Amino acid sequence: MKSLGRLIAVTRKEVRQLRRDRLTFAMIFGMPMMQILLFGYAINTDVRNLKTAVADEANTHLSRELISQIGQSQVANIVKRASSVAELESLLRTGDVSIGVAIPPDFDRRVIDDNRSAIQLLVDGSDPTVLGVANQLRGMPVSFDSNRRQTVLSAIEVRPYYNPERRTPVNIVPGLMGVILTMTMMIFTAVAIVREREHGNLELLINTPVTSFELMTGKILPYIAIGMIQLAVILGIGDLLFDVPVRGSVLDLYLAASLFIAANLALGLFVSTMVSTQFQAMQATFFLMMPSILLSGFIFPFDGMPIVAQYIGEALPITHFIRLTRGIMLREATLGDLPFALIYLATFSAVAMTAAALRFSKRLD
Amino acid sequence: MSDEFAIRARGLSKHFGELRAVDRLDLDVPKASIYGFLGPNGSGKSTTIRMLCGLLTPTEGSADVLGYRVPQQSKNLKPKIGYMTQRFSLFGDMTVVENLEFIAEIYSVPSALRAPRVDELLQKYDLVPQRKQFAGTMSGGQRQRLALACAVLHKPELLLLDEPTSAVDPQSRRDFWANLFRLAEAGTTILVSTHYMDEAERCHKLAILDHGVKVADGSPQELQANTGMTIVEILAEDPYRAQTIVNDLPMVASVTQLGIRLRVLVPESFGDALQLIEQSLKNNNVVAESHIAHATLEDVFVAVTLQPMQRAA
Repeated sequence: MKSLGRLIAVTRKEVRQLRRDRLTFAMIFGMPMMQILLFGYAINTDVRNLKTAVADEANTHLSRELISQIGQSQVANIVKRASSVAELESLLRTGDVSIGVAIPPDFDRRVIDDNRSAIQLLVDGSDPTVLGVANQLRGMPVSFDSNRRQTVLSAIEVRPYYNPERRTPVNIVPGLMGVILTMTMMIFTAVAIVREREHGNLELLINTPVTSFELMTGKILPYIAIGMIQLAVILGIGDLLFDVPVRGSVLDLYLAASLFIAANLALGLFVSTMVSTQFQAMQATFFLMMPSILLSGFIFPFDGMPIVAQYIGEALPITHFIRLTRGIMLREATLGDLPFALIYLATFSAVAMTAAALRFSKRLD
Repeated sequence: MSDEFAIRARGLSKHFGELRAVDRLDLDVPKASIYGFLGPNGSGKSTTIRMLCGLLTPTEGSADVLGYRVPQQSKNLKPKIGYMTQRFSLFGDMTVVENLEFIAEIYSVPSALRAPRVDELLQKYDLVPQRKQFAGTMSGGQRQRLALACAVLHKPELLLLDEPTSAVDPQSRRDFWANLFRLAEAGTTILVSTHYMDEAERCHKLAILDHGVKVADGSPQELQANTGMTIVEILAEDPYRAQTIVNDLPMVASVTQLGIRLRVLVPESFGDALQLIEQSLKNNNVVAESHIAHATLEDVFVAVTLQPMQRAA
């Protein structure tokens, strides 16, 4: 009973201080909004309208038809006409275009001959994404026989599930929830504890009957609430601006989020026990932020990473949370479909919390 | 554990690596008294206080505080002690009343008694006009009164004050000490560290610490009576020259200049120090008037913190 009273006292104090810290308070809403706008609008892995130049040395009916098809493909946007392959190369080098389409003078004959390529694409392959997109042009059927054009690529048919319009925000926003929660939860808690140490409040507090558990729990409770608010902000903006669906249950999403928030708060607390200034706390959290953004599958597909990076990624709570959010929001999965992610998050929280409580002693030495 | 002592420590030591911050300290602090730790910065005052409230683990030795062994039983001790840190450690972004209420909640003061107790403390420590003010914007003296009010809010049996007056003006210090006497009369034991001589003089008993070692203890009167030194005060027209001459005398342990006066400490074993000094000044044609003076606490402090070699001489 006394213990609960002390815990509530710490929480109430924390909320009171937080409310007076206008900048931090603004960040609760500002940070998710800023990030969702930045990531939502700026990151687009579905590249379209690559600048393209064409050197049509054949200038036949078929070659002109092909060029117009390429122009309509949305992959390439024909911005220049070149007279030779050499000029295409020069345009690539200056960066004026990303793709050069070279149509040789014997184009028509090559189309009939199955053993020879009819045209050549010169691609600025320094950005693998561009190369990948340019490869889509290979599927373009070229033939004098209009019937043959229909059947050319039917061996494998791709059916895009869950995000048929290939809109990047649909994939980014569920992952962004993980990034934003990691950032704010970890920074807020680490700084909240360290600030008291820096200001000397901690020396006073540890001389009172308040226990480490009450102090830590009391301090993180308000941030759990803040995490939930941030989640709502992200979901709201995601729906409003980017039409990101929540196909599964919102309750499942919030349950997964509470586990994830707990994991990050525990990590933040652990960080706070390792550092002695707010500046160090910020550095330590940024140190953990980079792998969370890059190795979690948030931007780059997990399967494409080297095996070591995958191991590191698997250790990060955010990786599992992103699997949960994408599963629930996009694939209509339930928590039961992804038991390992849940177990991992729960275990991680428990371990980090224990480590933090052990390291945070009520002594100064 | 005897009933008459609030604190008993035997051989209490704390080492930080090579540094012996506190070295084999014995301590007996009687109940309901004001006990002072006098010493320069780095003499081990704060470290000792922190060990006594369980914040630091002693490297060696043991201490009983209010019948509890520290640090093992410090959990039971916490509700019974009040601690005022050297730095202001309350919350600057909360008001005076909010700080007091928070402390009351932390010490589980029943909610019905909370508001009356806070009001009582606001009155007693003259904080009524500041009740809605943020603690961070208050003056040094006001902050210190608030810190004391918070430290005594739960009516502790023992109050540990770590250089409580280092950041306040003389008037605030006087008021602060008046409050301490009131608390001691009401039965609270107070352990206070300071580097001000005038404050040390107000304590019932005193321990002088130097480089982690207790070099003397007793009541201020006892200490002043037993310096083992003859104190000669010299009034000289040219105090600087007089000082140079006296300093060269082999038996002189220390010379301190106070304005135009010099205070000279000579070990008692040297017999007639006054005559020796007067003679030597006269020989050097220095116009001066000398007499034997009573030891002040500062003299005590100088005498006990001299290098052992000088003392033996």
